[in-house]
Amino acid sequence: MEQYLSLLDQAIEEDKTRVSDGAGRVVLIQDCVETSGAFLLHHLMKRALSRESSETVIFVAFAQPFSHYDRILKKLGCNLITLSQNGRFIFFDMLKLDCPDEVGGGRTKSGLVDLFHKIHKATEVIASPETKKSCITIMIDDLSLVEVAAHGSSNYVLDFLHYCQTLTSEVGCTLILLNHEDIYSSSEQLTLNLEVEYLADIVIKAKPLATGLATDVHGQLTVLNKRSSNEHGKLKKRIHNFQFKVKENGVEYFYSGSRT
Amino acid sequence: MAETICRALRDGSLEGEHAPALAIKDTIRTAFGVDVFDHVLCYMASTILAQKSQSRGLVLVALDRSPSLYLNLLKCRGIDVFDSYTWIRVLDCYTDPLGWKERVNALSQKESSETLFKDVSDLDKLFDAVIQLGKEMVGQGKARFCVAIDSASMMLRHASLSSLGSLINKLRSYDQVSSIFWLIHSDLHEIRATSVLEYMSSMVASLEPIFQSSNEQRCNSENLLSIENDTREGKFVVRLKRRNGRVKVMCEEFRVEETGIKFLAVPSESEMVNQQILPKLQFNLQLSEKERNDKENVVLPFEHQGNGQTIQIYDGRRSLTLKQNDSTTSVSVPEEPHTETDQGKGEIHYLRDSDDELPDSDEDPDDDLDI
Repeated sequence: MEQYLSLLDQAIEEDKTRVSDGAGRVVLIQDCVETSGAFLLHHLMKRALSRESSETVIFVAFAQPFSHYDRILKKLGCNLITLSQNGRFIFFDMLKLDCPDEVGGGRTKSGLVDLFHKIHKATEVIASPETKKSCITIMIDDLSLVEVAAHGSSNYVLDFLHYCQTLTSEVGCTLILLNHEDIYSSSEQLTLNLEVEYLADIVIKAKPLATGLATDVHGQLTVLNKRSSNEHGKLKKRIHNFQFKVKENGVEYFYSGSRT
Repeated sequence: MAETICRALRDGSLEGEHAPALAIKDTIRTAFGVDVFDHVLCYMASTILAQKSQSRGLVLVALDRSPSLYLNLLKCRGIDVFDSYTWIRVLDCYTDPLGWKERVNALSQKESSETLFKDVSDLDKLFDAVIQLGKEMVGQGKARFCVAIDSASMMLRHASLSSLGSLINKLRSYDQVSSIFWLIHSDLHEIRATSVLEYMSSMVASLEPIFQSSNEQRCNSENLLSIENDTREGKFVVRLKRRNGRVKVMCEEFRVEETGIKFLAVPSESEMVNQQILPKLQFNLQLSEKERNDKENVVLPFEHQGNGQTIQIYDGRRSLTLKQNDSTTSVSVPEEPHTETDQGKGEIHYLRDSDDELPDSDEDPDDDLDI
């Protein structure tokens, strides 16, 4: 099991050369209607909140309420209520956020700007010298609903993402984004998806099995790690392909053909 | 090629001419424009430090990556950034491009070579800021500086195409600017926007995948994660616009390595460029030396030849003169009366159709010949 799990972890392994810069990474999870990528978000959340790590997760939820994540993470072995009491899990419920773009041409942007201020303050508190400095992971679930909250203004969403990205270089945090790929069909809307792909250091794409339905295989993952390098600073393979099976209390990752 | 464009930027502009401008463009399939940008930036930084360049300083407009990352990059490439304040200034449009952080009041006071800029949508202000930084660095005299913009795409998101065009034009025509270069992700914009910026540049370096996909659709994630994208290589196509209007296209390959981008010459470079320019033909336009000799040696069969007599090859003008001399014949005449001596052998007779068939040296005499 541990070996299977590490397949995804290997693929998104930290770039040894970039850690020295202190800059964090931007991870983009892309899924489609047939194959939800939410399990990857849960996997990464669990990894960050595990006992061995001391990371703090700032979770910005546009898709589901706290209780939803709490139930799932409990099955994976994490108690979000306890973790949030300990200050290791900060949850922003943005289900009802409604932030129209610039009003009357003025700069009266509020919703996402305020949200950014909240995230920024939280990172400052976590990274302040008084508290023990720990790694921070910011998760946004999901981008398409951020766009909905911004009344379809992809520029506004991209500005928000840019500001979140600045935190990766300021406090070295990791930014994890979930987005749906198949909702951008027209070339105009495609820009948001492309912009985020340029922004991301790692792109994880969840797709249904190319050869059709199977009971033992729930889909396949393609991971593009743009700047992966090993401990000697040598560049590694960029693209990793493998399949997965989502179970009740975890996910199995395996290479194609390795299951009978 | 990379060397050529770097040298052009290093040499800068002539008195009274626009500064040379380089547009680096890439797409998501070959998103290594950043590496090319870094390469050019480091080259310019090292030539400025070694005083081999026309520019005495460099103003970097950082929109896409943090200024500290650039200073780290220069340090990693072995460029001394100890007194960077004297030769490089970074206009920081990355940290707070829209002034959102004002209310948070969390920005530490930046000093040294970094200057914070908080309104990216106002490109006039940005122009003033760039010029001010340049002047602070090199002084008011005739000394020049180079300008680098790390993401024209980001600017286009915040400002209109016309205002970006105006910014680049103003920078190029400014007396103290020796050269300018920028990076643009071409698939994020309409073709129109990329073309406008290409018109405004004297050099365009575009990064293309080695294997062109047959589908010329806009790049999408399918392309991003395709198997052939599992490489750090690609084609580096450079288009240089000469002062006289001549456009030269050159091509080489690149490979991104841990120490930066490496450029490799393409073996059949001229052939590749020719292939790109010429329409697809099924025959050769040029003759080799041997082919030319062979062609000259071919004896054309349209008039009777041989028999030890002088070979007379059809020459319209001469036969016309002959005809004018021999005014008695008005209709077709056999030109060479060899028939009586060449019995038993194959003969070819040429009969002029009529006298109104005017000879023309431009015409192909073999045009109607059916061999």
